[in-house]
Amino acid sequence: MDFNELFKLSYRAINANRLRSFLTMLGIVIGVFAIILLVSIGTGLQTFITNQIAGLGSNLIFVIPGRIGGARTPGGVVSNKLVVADAKTLQLKLKSLANVAPVVSQITTVKYKNRENKGTTIFGTTSNYPKIVQNATIERGSFFSKSQEQSGARSAVIGQTVLNNLFYSQNPIGKRFFIGNNIYTVLGVINKRGAVFGIDQDNVVIIPLSAAQRQFGLTHVNTIFISVNSSSSVSRVKEQTKKILLGHLTEDDFTIQTAESTLSIVSNITNILSIALGGIAAISLLVGGIGVANIMLVSVTERTREIGLRKALGAKRSDILKQFLLEAIMLSLTGGIIGIILGLFGSIVLARFLVSQVTLWSVFIAFGFSVVVGIVFGMAPAIRASKLSPIEALRYE
Amino acid sequence: MKKTNLISLANVTKDYNLGDLTVRVLKGITLKIKNGEFVAIQGRSGSGKSTLMNIIGLLDTPTAGSYYLEETDVSSLKEDELSYLRNKKIGFVFQSFNLLPRATILENVVLPGIYAGENPKERDEKAGNILEKIGLLKHISKRPNQLSGGEQQRVAIARALMNNPDIILADEPTGNLDTKSGQEVINLLKTLHKQGKTIVLITHEKDIAKQADRIIKLTDGRIN
Repeated sequence: MDFNELFKLSYRAINANRLRSFLTMLGIVIGVFAIILLVSIGTGLQTFITNQIAGLGSNLIFVIPGRIGGARTPGGVVSNKLVVADAKTLQLKLKSLANVAPVVSQITTVKYKNRENKGTTIFGTTSNYPKIVQNATIERGSFFSKSQEQSGARSAVIGQTVLNNLFYSQNPIGKRFFIGNNIYTVLGVINKRGAVFGIDQDNVVIIPLSAAQRQFGLTHVNTIFISVNSSSSVSRVKEQTKKILLGHLTEDDFTIQTAESTLSIVSNITNILSIALGGIAAISLLVGGIGVANIMLVSVTERTREIGLRKALGAKRSDILKQFLLEAIMLSLTGGIIGIILGLFGSIVLARFLVSQVTLWSVFIAFGFSVVVGIVFGMAPAIRASKLSPIEALRYE
Repeated sequence: MKKTNLISLANVTKDYNLGDLTVRVLKGITLKIKNGEFVAIQGRSGSGKSTLMNIIGLLDTPTAGSYYLEETDVSSLKEDELSYLRNKKIGFVFQSFNLLPRATILENVVLPGIYAGENPKERDEKAGNILEKIGLLKHISKRPNQLSGGEQQRVAIARALMNNPDIILADEPTGNLDTKSGQEVINLLKTLHKQGKTIVLITHEKDIAKQADRIIKLTDGRIN
């Protein structure tokens, strides 16, 4: 029996029960749609975070307080023993190899005239910060100088959110505004950096470390950034940093990471996220497949007499098997194609609000999956049909 | 035409298992049907005539005994080989027509041709010719339910003729028809017989059976 005939038969059977076929396909449509959409979200997130981290530069080492992961303490350890003095020690000892910039932080409200901006993160750091952290560039004005930093001058570099909320479209350079109860002068504006996990990276003010320490009484650091002069010495500097810090701290008090190591941790996490999201969606495709199997069993039972007749007229077992298998594959494949179209459309729409990136492999996998679902779930009913004895089938009422 | 034995049954029995009980429906049937014969197998309901037809039509296998179709011992054949023989050698006509309701008359008639692997153009042409001969060409694109019972049974006969089989096996072909259209169907079978087909007609009606060349009477699983 040639494929054309099989195709016509399957098409006719599907077309004869339009509503039933549609509902069966809907299960597959939803499954495939969910896979494509959720994998797109996972991938979009991964790309976004990866770009953020890669933007920091490959020569960057950062030391953060506490311990992250590790075999002994999988949940990590919280510690606040890493202090500004440690950064100064590091700068002193690594002088020829690297530049060190500690960052302390505090969240507070900033005010200008009658306008205020809440939840602003105030970073206190040293004047070499823009040289070290590559994704922070000065868009307008300037960063504070070494002398301004050392004198504890109340000068500030502001992020885009602060700029928009306090100064609107005015030129902010030289304007004086309040951080808490102290007056600061705007020196520069930092470039737009967007939001990560809903945290606005532009709602920031960067001030000299000494000013921040004086105003907020901060001693423990948020991060110590170390920019290594040559990328070939990154691992050596990392080792030295560890040795220096272990002089008076324990391994639980700090974690040293490079952009690379962070990237691998983050991509591990986002990979797991993508797989988890895809897996959840795959369950719905499985349920859709069960729907196909169910409706195929109904179809076989309904058409028992037809199967008997076809066998009497010379249909071989394989002819009957192919007929019902193709019907199941057509149902799930059509559902799959509709699901892919909706999934692509959904991902494109979603990309306007959220991070979302369509990947070709998720489309192929979804397509392949819907064929496999058709074969797997169509097989049992088709075998059942092919094994019917012609006389039993012809006698069936 | 040389009158050879087309169908030869020897001591054929058929048992059915109903739970613990085994019922012997055919109790040793021996019969020969020659090429070109018009034979009626007549018996009441429960006489085993449908079982006998199923065995002759290769839809069922005997419990014991031998069945030769021409020179072939069919008991040694595999399922697909039986399908092949049914397709090529036997044309079935059923009491309830068994036409596919959603397919057109043409699509119904070409079915055996599809399973024989014929190319679409040739088989459509062939089906058209058969339908023309039995006067149903004008209904070619209709659905079965648009035709009368007699017409539907003639479509079924056209379908049986599709692969030009040696044997037409008609199981109560007039059972669902009024006397007049029933007679038309029998007349068509007679015509086919004159053209050389071997006709095996299963019926419980004496008047229908009488129109065959030979009547085989079946009572309680035996030929008498």
